[in-house]
Amino acid sequence: MSIDLSQFFEVFFEESFEGLDVMEAELLNLRPGEEDSETINTIFRAAHSIKGGSGTFGFTSVSDFTHVLETLLDQIRDGRRKLTSEHINLLLQSVDCLRAMLSALQNQSEPDASESQKLKAQFERILGLSSSEEQASATAQAAPEKQTYQIDFKPHAHLFKTGNEPLYMIGELAELGDLDIEVFTDAIPVFDEFNPEDCYLAWRFFLTTSSPTTAIDEIFEWVEDDADISVTLCGGLFEDEAEESIASSPEVENAKPSVKPTPEVVTAAAEKPLAKANAAVAEAKKSQDNASTSIRVGIDKVDSLINMVGELVITQAMLSQLGEQDMTESTVAALQEGLAQLAHNTRDLQESVMRIRMLPISFVFSRFPRLVRDISQKLNKQVELKLLGEQTELDKTVMEKISDPMVHLVRNSLDHGIETPEQRIAAGKDPVGTLTLNAFHQGGNIVIEIMDDGQGLNTEKIKQKAIANGLITEDDELSQEEVNELIFMPGFSTADAVSDISGRGVGMDVVRRNIQALNGSVEVSSARGVGSTFTIRLPLTLAILDGQLVQVAEHTYIIPLISIVESLQIDVKKVSRVGKNLDVLRLRDEYIPILRLYDIFNHDGAIEALDKSLLVVVESDNQKVGLLVDDLLAQQQVVIKSLEANYKRVDGISGATILGDGRVSLIIDISGLVKLSGLRKPGSQELIIEQNAEAVS
Amino acid sequence: MQTGTALQSEFNQRLGLGEDHDEKQYLTFLMAGEEYGVDILSVQEIRGWTSATAIPNAPDFVKGAINLRGTIVPIIDLRLRFGIDPIAYGPLTVVIVVAVEFKEQTKTMGIVVDGVSDVYSISEEKAKDVPDFQESSSSQYVDGLVNVGEKMVVLLNLQKTLQI
Amino acid sequence: MKKILAVDDSASMRQMVSFTLKKAGFDVTEAKDGSEALNIAKQQGFDAVISDVNMPVMDGITLIRELRALPSYKFTPLLMLTTESGLDKKSEGKAAGATGWIVKPFNPDQLLAVLKKVIR
Repeated sequence: MSIDLSQFFEVFFEESFEGLDVMEAELLNLRPGEEDSETINTIFRAAHSIKGGSGTFGFTSVSDFTHVLETLLDQIRDGRRKLTSEHINLLLQSVDCLRAMLSALQNQSEPDASESQKLKAQFERILGLSSSEEQASATAQAAPEKQTYQIDFKPHAHLFKTGNEPLYMIGELAELGDLDIEVFTDAIPVFDEFNPEDCYLAWRFFLTTSSPTTAIDEIFEWVEDDADISVTLCGGLFEDEAEESIASSPEVENAKPSVKPTPEVVTAAAEKPLAKANAAVAEAKKSQDNASTSIRVGIDKVDSLINMVGELVITQAMLSQLGEQDMTESTVAALQEGLAQLAHNTRDLQESVMRIRMLPISFVFSRFPRLVRDISQKLNKQVELKLLGEQTELDKTVMEKISDPMVHLVRNSLDHGIETPEQRIAAGKDPVGTLTLNAFHQGGNIVIEIMDDGQGLNTEKIKQKAIANGLITEDDELSQEEVNELIFMPGFSTADAVSDISGRGVGMDVVRRNIQALNGSVEVSSARGVGSTFTIRLPLTLAILDGQLVQVAEHTYIIPLISIVESLQIDVKKVSRVGKNLDVLRLRDEYIPILRLYDIFNHDGAIEALDKSLLVVVESDNQKVGLLVDDLLAQQQVVIKSLEANYKRVDGISGATILGDGRVSLIIDISGLVKLSGLRKPGSQELIIEQNAEAVS
Repeated sequence: MQTGTALQSEFNQRLGLGEDHDEKQYLTFLMAGEEYGVDILSVQEIRGWTSATAIPNAPDFVKGAINLRGTIVPIIDLRLRFGIDPIAYGPLTVVIVVAVEFKEQTKTMGIVVDGVSDVYSISEEKAKDVPDFQESSSSQYVDGLVNVGEKMVVLLNLQKTLQI
Repeated sequence: MKKILAVDDSASMRQMVSFTLKKAGFDVTEAKDGSEALNIAKQQGFDAVISDVNMPVMDGITLIRELRALPSYKFTPLLMLTTESGLDKKSEGKAAGATGWIVKPFNPDQLLAVLKKVIR
């Protein structure tokens, strides 16, 4: 039977890469001397699977290399060898090496053997093997001439209970050549003592075959301990006691390893799929690109989708049935009900489809243990990494784009934030610094915090630098927040020497720009000597949002529902005027600045009287503001479309959408709107109103 | 207007004119009595005026954005862009949807004109530079002037015109 | 049609075994670890079970021991997939009640050839 093994390659690569990720994560958890067996076992299993698969699918370079890994892991697992940090380092390097080898194979190219050879030599040194030992390749000598063997086979009574079946073995023997069979029934007891589950028969075979004795040996391999077996060559070569001869005959002994496929066999199997694959290099390249655009979805999500499509189909069937009937009052009512059901189904379906794009942030977090370990080693710093909220989900596209900015921030914290153990001890801190990555949902956003307990931002140094770079002048009086903001200015870097770790010419300004491109924001808060926290805020998804449609003059705008705190009619008695033209509403114990949308957006014809319009109180960046609108319309989910793609960025607008009637409606960007209104000083978190709050109370 | 292009080339062939490879085809439209030409390859479609959603704080020549089969397309009034007095939109008012290549990306935009006129094959060499003395604010958007028979056509530079 | 239960935590191995067996005319059920396999095996009968040894949750040896203890699997061929480095695993497996073993790596033809020893 010919089976094209290459059809299993993709799955093999996918699971192998996953296995390597698991190995890496578990290795990073290992501490020499306090390893727990389950961790070692997990690592072993991953290596074992990769070895098994690569051997089976003909990737001998990978299976050979994994073999030494597995041997070492096996010894550690059995307690025959103590785990050392050298082992962990070597194993981690091997993970990288295997990843590279598998990627090469996945792209139909030959993996670079030099790295794996080097590592393999190190493993062999640890294991006390000489690398030449491997080449005990067995050359099984096939006997070309036909010979006749006498085979005595007396199964033990329990043979059936091992699941073996003498009949099939005899069948196998018969396939090797001419077979004469004698059966001995003398062991069958009297009926009363007969146990139907036991085997009472014994056989003597005369097999004339050109196959080597190993072929016979193989047939009885599984029952060696469950039967008396003797194989003798008729003609007197094997005159010894048969049982002995199997064990000691040099020919049999030598031939034994050929039970394993010889290297020739394996390469032959490997070449076929490889040759085939070469022919389709272009296609493979394409599939490689596809790999990064594919998505793994939990089966539960798919199941819920299928359920919903099922409901949709039922609703559709019901509606089309109604459509065939004459319209009466009752059918109209049923039709309306059906349409409501359809709307419900569609909404559920949409939500589920969107959920498919949501992945836990652990996909991004998982790369950090290794990164932190490598960098802190390089910097001679001791850092403990804490990951919190790994199950927090966010859109796959957002996730892919947030990874690099996060790496940059983490590098930055390790390089500039966390001090060396000596400095930390001198400062009375734990020599081991802590870096925490925390993710959680807040409203319609995902918040990612990168916290270190290092030295904090050096305000003085930042100021000096900014003055030197001409960003500010000596006389500028800046608040702590404003100083912190400086690090996000283009071309700003305080590292005295450009370091290998974070001074790569990519500044914080790029980090901020990349995050802003995702409609997100990044801020830093810091306390000298205590640590810094970078806070990234991102929309959960770039594609869809729940919106509140509002009317301003003849225009319809959409306010993200998630940022709406409440909507209310204004009690003019509670409104005070601050400064020239800012109205502030006292709402319970808060002061809400009133932003007149028509004014900010320059629309004529809107209701200007406060008591005749409505106020939508929204929250953005922890600040509440009220948006003055003419009226509230429907709430609905809207698909976000880019206004920028064919036009340009519009202040106060985050995107556009198409309403049910085909019209375009614009989505309000609250944070941008607040800036646009001039309510917030550029670079400051504080609303101007806060400073004036005293005056109005 | 792909059909227009095809018709034109068929027309040329029947007349034995053949295709001149140095020539480019221009779609011309009328505005305030003047005839303007744009490279026909950038024209996506021609449609009637439909009301657009206003974009806040946009310049007056940006009439808003429309939904063009799921894409948000801004609409630019060329009269206002060129500082010509606006006229009320009527049944003949058309929107020419053009794809314009900017440095980073290609943008699809609509331009509102008084009416579509014709398609001409024009050799670029024939185009004359805009006379310097023409102090019109719109001269910066013009690639050149060309005579077609008795008429003069203003060849528009869409990149510059629609760089907003 | 003979029914075989194929147990392996590696999806690619499982697919390969399953695909090979299906092509050879067997009815194949897959399980991704010993525990899942045991549950399936308790609900329906199989003519043979082929199981990997190293698996999370429940390993192959334990699976074989549990299966062999069930009356309906008293005589069922229970094969384990093992690597050459697991020589002592073979005897451990035999002690647990395994019928035999298939040495990894193997190709589809080898798998079918070996299987002929216990199921036809």
